[in-house]
Amino acid sequence: MTLEVVLIASAALFCVGLYGALSQQVVVMVMMGLELMLNGVILAAAGLWWFLAPAPDGQVLLLVVITAMTVEMAMGFAVATLLHRSRESDMTDMATDLSG
Amino acid sequence: MISAVLFWFLAVVATAAGIAVFRVDSMARATYALAVSFVAVGVMLLLFNLEYIGVITILMMVMEMAIMGIFMIMFMGMNPALMPMSMVHNKRGSAILAGGVFVGLATAVLLVPWPERRGTPVADLTESLGETIMGSKMLVMLTVSPVLFATLVAAIVLANPRGRYDRFGDDLRRRPPAGPGEGDRR
Repeated sequence: MTLEVVLIASAALFCVGLYGALSQQVVVMVMMGLELMLNGVILAAAGLWWFLAPAPDGQVLLLVVITAMTVEMAMGFAVATLLHRSRESDMTDMATDLSG
Repeated sequence: MISAVLFWFLAVVATAAGIAVFRVDSMARATYALAVSFVAVGVMLLLFNLEYIGVITILMMVMEMAIMGIFMIMFMGMNPALMPMSMVHNKRGSAILAGGVFVGLATAVLLVPWPERRGTPVADLTESLGETIMGSKMLVMLTVSPVLFATLVAAIVLANPRGRYDRFGDDLRRRPPAGPGEGDRR
């Protein structure tokens, strides 16, 4: 197990999530893509911490990323609920009012 | 050696489950696949001796996937385990972009001359994390707490179907009626 292997695995997770976030139409599926991207970020941060500078401070960064996932989930569900209540839809294509 | 083999296995499981999220034909299966991916990453964190972070990742994500399943049933109005679905747009462009980003990141990972490890981890990482967030990094916790509280408030406000324009009219001058009767209107 080396740093390169960990980072390539995390890059694979990040890019799978990126594909999902860009290609999916349902808001909850877009959220799943974003979660996978943050999953990759957590793994990369843990690998960098372990292989480069395993000081206790580095773990705090992981806590912040996990907090970001929580915030993303809560706001994503709120947006999905609002979209469903106001437009009877849960598709991103139905919420393009601000697109140029 | 065993940890290296275990890491490879978990990396393959996490990535395959991640791909399965967008390949399976029902949202319930997609939710389970994402949960498997998160559990695999949580176990990988345990390989780095990050017991606390690994365990909360697993616990939080399993709970989150359970909630996500409920939301899917609620919004889709069907049995999500039985209903095939394919709701995508710009599949080819997304795949090309994601593949390009992966090639770029992997190339950078292999080309960067990573420095040597500085220092060694302490014996009890969970205890040291607790001491850090209650000591030198307390500002992080002090920032995270109001952010989470603001998220709770914002999520409730955002999900509320009746905003102030619904209650008070477009000019915000209409007052709500004092009671349910016709003569109670103000």
